[in-house]
Amino acid sequence: MAKKSARDRMSNEVNAGSMADIAFLLLIFFLVTTTIAEDKGILAKLPPWSEDEPDITKLKKRNVYSVLVNADDQLLVRGELTSIENLKDDTKVFINNPDDRPDMAEAPTKAIVSLKHDRGTKYNTYLNVYNELQAAYSELRNDLAERKYGKLYEYCDREQRKTIRNAIPLIISEAEPSSFGEEN
Amino acid sequence: MAKFARKRGKDSPAISTASLPDIIFMLLFFFMVVTVMRDATIMVDVVTPKATELDKLEKKSLVNYIYVGKPKEKYQTKAGTNARMQLGDKFATLSDIPLFLEKHRTKINEGQRGGIKTSLRVDEDVTMGIVSDIKTALRKAGQLLINYSAKPKTE
Repeated sequence: MAKKSARDRMSNEVNAGSMADIAFLLLIFFLVTTTIAEDKGILAKLPPWSEDEPDITKLKKRNVYSVLVNADDQLLVRGELTSIENLKDDTKVFINNPDDRPDMAEAPTKAIVSLKHDRGTKYNTYLNVYNELQAAYSELRNDLAERKYGKLYEYCDREQRKTIRNAIPLIISEAEPSSFGEEN
Repeated sequence: MAKFARKRGKDSPAISTASLPDIIFMLLFFFMVVTVMRDATIMVDVVTPKATELDKLEKKSLVNYIYVGKPKEKYQTKAGTNARMQLGDKFATLSDIPLFLEKHRTKINEGQRGGIKTSLRVDEDVTMGIVSDIKTALRKAGQLLINYSAKPKTE
């Protein structure tokens, strides 16, 4: 009888009071090891590889917007030295050509941005330039989407996006880099 | 009114902490799901540039990474101080790229292979020479979707 009462006194429940502590410990471990996916970047599509050089003589000069970045990270746009702050607006004007100027693109579909850099150009500069060019295009697309559908490009559905993409195709052609500058 | 006053006068019961573990577990599971364990130790210093036109990289399994930057100090005796490329967990040369891509490709089922992206995590101080060599190698290997990794620009 005494034995039985002893067993009765033993609680047959596990103490769950420390459960929270254990969970906290694990939680803190995961908090520390987590790197919340900050994987963002500029998407780009490379052209397929072909052995022969592309023929650019067929292009009309007015449709080509040449951007050169040299090894000293200077910017030459259509033969003129400019700074990166002006690049986006100038590109937009070139593609859209609101005043129908004879030295700018005939239509947004025909505009080609040609980007050339040096092997000694800093990656940071290159990406900034690329970013500005892409920004010019996305602003133009947003403008068109706003006018046509009354909403931003990213909120358009698939069909609407396609229409806009066809109206303002993103054409950035990259030439083989020159090799004047020093590499690291 | 007296009734209410009397009630308030009594000691309020202690808040039950019985559900605390559950709440903590919920948080725990959230972090467990969100966590991506780094599979490769990064041996080069990479500070990605800042940009505004950012896209999110979705479907992590469809992404392979190429790191480019200066080797970290402890690897400099072996790898030198010039910018190097890291594939997986070792330093590599351009000729290693096709095999690296192929290895990644075989892990992905056929229907999704068109969506494979290469994320270029390049340090901002690297010169473009090595980057354009890598891009040429990627083009030759038929890997055309790339993503220049960058941080959002805060004004």
